[in-house]
Amino acid sequence: MNLSVDIAGVTLKNPVMTASGTFGSGMEYADFVDLSALGAVVTKGVADVPWPGNPTPRVAETYGGMLNAIGLQNPGIDVFLERDLPFLNQFDTKVIVNVCGHSEEEYLRVVERLADAPVDMLEINISCPNVKAGGITFGTDPVATERITREVKKRAAQPVIMKLTPNVTDITVAARAAENGGADAISLINTLTGMKIDVKTRSFVLANKTGGLSGPAIKPVAVRMVYQCAQAVQIPIIGLGGITTAEDALEFILAGATAVAVGTANFFNPRATVEIIDGIADYLQQNRIEDIRSLIGAVR
Amino acid sequence: MKKIETAKVISQEEISSGIFSLWLENETVAGSAAAGQFVNLYCNNAGRLLPRPISLCEIDREKGRIRLVYRVQGKGTEEFSALKAGDTVKVLGPNGNGFPLDEAAGKLLYLVSGGIGIPPMLQTAKDAASAGTVSVMGYRNADIFLANDFAAHAKCVISTDDGSFGIQGNAAYALAQTAETMMPEIIFACGPKVLLAAVKKYAQENGIPCYLSMEERMACGVGACLACVCESAEVDGHTHVKNKRVCKEGPVFEAGEIVL
Repeated sequence: MNLSVDIAGVTLKNPVMTASGTFGSGMEYADFVDLSALGAVVTKGVADVPWPGNPTPRVAETYGGMLNAIGLQNPGIDVFLERDLPFLNQFDTKVIVNVCGHSEEEYLRVVERLADAPVDMLEINISCPNVKAGGITFGTDPVATERITREVKKRAAQPVIMKLTPNVTDITVAARAAENGGADAISLINTLTGMKIDVKTRSFVLANKTGGLSGPAIKPVAVRMVYQCAQAVQIPIIGLGGITTAEDALEFILAGATAVAVGTANFFNPRATVEIIDGIADYLQQNRIEDIRSLIGAVR
Repeated sequence: MKKIETAKVISQEEISSGIFSLWLENETVAGSAAAGQFVNLYCNNAGRLLPRPISLCEIDREKGRIRLVYRVQGKGTEEFSALKAGDTVKVLGPNGNGFPLDEAAGKLLYLVSGGIGIPPMLQTAKDAASAGTVSVMGYRNADIFLANDFAAHAKCVISTDDGSFGIQGNAAYALAQTAETMMPEIIFACGPKVLLAAVKKYAQENGIPCYLSMEERMACGVGACLACVCESAEVDGHTHVKNKRVCKEGPVFEAGEIVL
């Protein structure tokens, strides 16, 4: 039975990775899962300098989901290279570094710093809804998406994944823009912009007023968008949005995702990633499927 | 490897209006637990995903049990309040650092707490090898809870916001009143931010070492999501910005580390 998949020449031992921002740089969850069991670890967004993030409260639970407005708090590329990357490199898994910035120059500085680092792929976050003048301004404009993809590709030493926002009218426009800019893959979806109001205090629950909705509540939207993009572009797709079980992961793969990422589920089940990998293997065995790759985009 | 444990409910009772006392049995959790730490408690409802962080009120290491005393705040705690002896609940922990009991050894220790910040002080009072412990507890009104449990482990001082029982005022006011005749040598505090800010100010003005237990909305509870940060005076060694994770570096901080 084969569980491995290829994305832009990088072979993942299985199609399950972590979703950026839900897994730190793996350190905290290494107490719960053997990181070497994962297809890849996608790091929390890394910027060129430390970012303090947003005021608190930064999270709120919603029915079957949650809102977050962390604001891409991160220690910056220097600390990432000195502390977090060496930690991740101890494990037999692929390392995908999520890159964030306020401006094109900031993204490119991080990409250049990573050029000679032991990193397998880059994921460019042009879709965070919680940072003003942040990534999402690139992600909602197809011209800007194509341009930043092209600039990143000129400098990147590793294959480039562009992470797309669902907060657009037609996500396939963004997918094609990334493909035209030379992206090696796309990942989708980032969170859906949402809001929660406390009727007792008559105020916003999040200090940032709005936040990104994630978790099982958004899964059907994500599956639909992965399916749409799979019909629109030739490059591989990493599917994410509310994946909690192996069945969820298989839905995304059948819709056209080559790999999947597990995010919010880590918060309520720290072993979600490995349980999903085991569940996919069981599914293949029970259905006498030799190769996971035969399921990618199998539902049309 | 760490994992979410299944704990058996030993007993539960409502000890005051909307305040519940829950005894859970799980040797792994109880065996390594310390005063001032917390656990993640998980709902059994697919609509309520996130764990609820609840402080440890008591730890019975011999029997492998923990006691949680919590206020019903929303749907999640309402669900917990219906748990009965023999039920099971998913729990992860102990999490966070706990109070620095070593610092209190041989000193006159004040535990200053308000409202639902009172419960973690009970195990702290039991475990402190102090030269004497004073527990200053602030309540809204005469509907007080847990005070009797403290009696064997600390001298108790009670205050109420409405003056219907004990000293009128919050626990910080009661601390200052009591300290006039018996000066604390170290203070541990837990409760609303306004209380913590007042206790910190008092401790600074009087040159008394002080540790505060912070509270913030959490998602993961294990240090990954960066939801539950609090502002720190200096750049933190982990985050490399001026904030600290309440679930990981905390919930207990030396008062000077935190900006309130």
